[in-house]
Amino acid sequence: MSALDILDGCAAELARDTGPAIAPARPVLRERGQREVFCGLTGIIWLHRKMQDAFFLVVGSRTCAHLLQSAAGVMIFAEPRFATAIMEERDLAGMVDAQDELDRVVNRLLERRPDIRTLFLVGSCPSEVIKLDLAKAAQRLGAVHMPRVRILNYSGSGIETTFTQGEDACLSALVPVMPALAADAPKELLIVGSLPDIVEDQFLRLFAEMGIAKVGCLPARNARDLPSVGPGTRYLLAQPFLGETAMALEGRGAQRIEALFPFGVDGTSDWLRAAGEAFGIDRDLTEQVIAPGRARAARALANLRPQLEGKRITFLPDSQLEVPLARFLQDELGMELVEVGTPYLHRAHLARELDRFGPNVRLSEGQHLDRQLDRVRADRPDITVCGLGLANPLEGEGLTTKWAIELVFSPIHGFDQAADLAELFARPLRRRDMLEI
Amino acid sequence: MQLAVWTYEGPPHVGAMRVATAMEKLHYVLHAPQGDTYADLLFTMIERRGKRPPVTYTTFEARDLGKDTAQIFQDAAREAVARFKPQAIIVGASCTAELIQDDPAGLSEAMGLPCPVIPLELPSYQRKENWGAAETFYQIVRTLADKSVVREPREGRPARVNILGPTALGFRHRDDLVEIRKILALLGVEVNLVAPLGATPEDITRIGQADFNIVLYPEIADEAARWLEKTFDQPAVRTVPIGVGATRSFIADVAELAGADPTPALGDTSSRMPWWSRSVDSTYLTSKRVFIFGDATHAVAAARIAREELGFEVCGLGCYSREFAREVRAEAARCGIEPLITDDHLAVEDAIAAAAPELVLGTQMERHIAKRLGIPCAVISAPVHVQDFPARHSPQMGFEGANVIFDTWVHPLVMGLEEHLLTMFREDFEFSDEAGASHHAAHSPRKASVQAVSEAPVEDIPAPAMADDDGTLWTVEAERELKKIPFFVRGKARRNTENFAAAEGRRQIDLETLYDAKAHYAR
Ligand code: SF4
Repeated sequence: MSALDILDGCAAELARDTGPAIAPARPVLRERGQREVFCGLTGIIWLHRKMQDAFFLVVGSRTCAHLLQSAAGVMIFAEPRFATAIMEERDLAGMVDAQDELDRVVNRLLERRPDIRTLFLVGSCPSEVIKLDLAKAAQRLGAVHMPRVRILNYSGSGIETTFTQGEDACLSALVPVMPALAADAPKELLIVGSLPDIVEDQFLRLFAEMGIAKVGCLPARNARDLPSVGPGTRYLLAQPFLGETAMALEGRGAQRIEALFPFGVDGTSDWLRAAGEAFGIDRDLTEQVIAPGRARAARALANLRPQLEGKRITFLPDSQLEVPLARFLQDELGMELVEVGTPYLHRAHLARELDRFGPNVRLSEGQHLDRQLDRVRADRPDITVCGLGLANPLEGEGLTTKWAIELVFSPIHGFDQAADLAELFARPLRRRDMLEI
Repeated sequence: MQLAVWTYEGPPHVGAMRVATAMEKLHYVLHAPQGDTYADLLFTMIERRGKRPPVTYTTFEARDLGKDTAQIFQDAAREAVARFKPQAIIVGASCTAELIQDDPAGLSEAMGLPCPVIPLELPSYQRKENWGAAETFYQIVRTLADKSVVREPREGRPARVNILGPTALGFRHRDDLVEIRKILALLGVEVNLVAPLGATPEDITRIGQADFNIVLYPEIADEAARWLEKTFDQPAVRTVPIGVGATRSFIADVAELAGADPTPALGDTSSRMPWWSRSVDSTYLTSKRVFIFGDATHAVAAARIAREELGFEVCGLGCYSREFAREVRAEAARCGIEPLITDDHLAVEDAIAAAAPELVLGTQMERHIAKRLGIPCAVISAPVHVQDFPARHSPQMGFEGANVIFDTWVHPLVMGLEEHLLTMFREDFEFSDEAGASHHAAHSPRKASVQAVSEAPVEDIPAPAMADDDGTLWTVEAERELKKIPFFVRGKARRNTENFAAAEGRRQIDLETLYDAKAHYAR
């Protein structure tokens, strides 16, 4: 009997997926209840480092400011390129015009930070609930500060976005201001999703060796230096959480190159090969270019495989990276997937990933925290991937964990990071075995 | 709207969480969106708790707005009560839920839950974390205290006391409590209950049985203590025993209310701080200039210790909590300085840079500031990072707390004889500014960004002289001489010289001015 059958309220919610992308349909456990995830504001913590000329101004409450500082924690010592305009009673009670207040705050900020070239006004739950129109504000302020500063807006609110969806919302806001690629221009490649600079450079080198001449990145390191987009654009998603951005790009004529996500040997190879094919690159050349990286990654993974093989893993919903990472751990390291939870399942983008899952993998979408923890306790996986709020409590119950947030903050894509990625899972297990206290 | 990068305090519902997490068998149903669950990590990561905070978040979404957010709240409350079987629950709204006005109080009342429900009104757009903690604790006490208790007559039994204030995520609350219990044991005073830390709602019902209260952390317990004073006629000890002097007064106050002999507690032989401070090695501490910032209680206590127990000179004092600013103002007056009452860390940074202290005592924010400015620092107050929740016993209160404080504050400073060696052999290549105090390589001061001029290699300084902010001019020669002064007193030397030059009306600071100023300030 599986854990599902014995747990109250779980079996009933198994629904047959009828999405067109997956055939045959795989059952998905859909749950609603308490969700233990960050909101989209959290994306600011890596986005503000990635886009070096951009500043993120959250229009929110003291809670939003506190979230950013707690999630950023000890990671940031320098003065960050983000801040919160904390709304106060006066703003809500209509004693002052919130739009005027925003003008005042933005003007002061831009005065103090002349290095800012792009300013994102980021909506939060409170600003959404009181319907503070940040698009209007961005337009008005943009008219004043362009061309020195471009002002854009998106919402990272917790009532609309979950953790990495904040990046999706931010990148979608950039799409309309990308320059147009002429309709008759030759095909160009676009890598979509923020990657650590070192990984981005590795990919750019590989594409250059393959002979793909024009390759752009979204986000660009310099937000005022965006790549072009148009019908000639073929884009590769580097991250699995970019549904809105993909739609916006398609709206401008770009076409997605379908591929696995670039995690591990298989994922990275598939991703690079798919690009090669889309650009009509000679297959032998592609293989020749990726061979050294493939071999290096395979060698490095072989060292880690004995530590992870046969180990059972559960993912709690967090970053939407769960599905491709689970595929990597299953296929390349021989781990057994117990439950793969994700806050949101983008069926089309993940179709190829899901095809790889074994038949017994429990796939869940959304969350009912307490029930899910009951399942973890019943399953007793060797390792559970979860958010920061849950890691120590689960360890306290004797369950080994891996904090999911590290997966978003570390370089894990591509051949040369495949072993680093595996190591993130191997280390907690090794540590558990090392400690004799 | 207020522009903030870092904040000293979270929103008021985080204060409520600190109370709920400290207590046992109490549950908090918080109407809030999913992102607000970040607050769990404050307790599980920063404080390293091995248990989830007892909080159920309703995590409503945009699509629920205007439809069934009230239903979601009721479902969450019902499930939480069924699953966790608390003795009582507190219910409330975070900033977002406050705007949608679902009225968690009314909703939960209508549900007829099988346990007491304590509704919280915590205005998120006006108040902050400490206020939220105080209000939550007050509401819990007010709702649950059994008002019919009659205290037994005092004769023939030990005095009984409530210890009020310790919470989760408090700065050294766990260890302070151990010290307070030790003192009470020496005085023969019984502890009726400690709250919030470790108390159940049932424990709170018998809060009226104590003869008096100890308000350990006024920021959290003062409100409740005032109500208890009125309702149960329980006087309160309000002396916060941080520092040797304050610990002695605290013992005297408790002994008086308990009708006990203070001698056994006053004679505690583990009090080493007074001798450590009098021993000759400590001479070099004399008049070290220290800048203090934190919550009011800890800042005031630190200022007293600095002045009276270590012989420092307090050159800056402030707090981020307006509620208790009065105490800080009074203490600042005793130090002869202007208090700094602000929750804007940039203002604090400016004040520290201007004061150029030799030691900063503050929160994690001041630690970052001090690090940037290359000034030694010790942490004395919340908010703090994970490294300020040590595994070892490390109290601030009582005589042991004073011992700990001596060690913690003196450690970041350059030690006595080393100071002389640094002065005498300035040219020794190993005595570079970056080397810092020899006993902590990892924490050695770095170049200060605000002092870019003085810290830059002399060669980089444009000839013939740099105009300072206030228009005084340092000659290259004087600037180079200043470099030879050890880093930990250079800020002071620069400031003194500039003040002296300004007072004398000298437009240029040359070698002559530098040494004239040195003579002027000689003590
Ligand atoms: S969930 Fe909403 S209110 Fe909470 S931190 Fe995120 S945006 Fe701010």
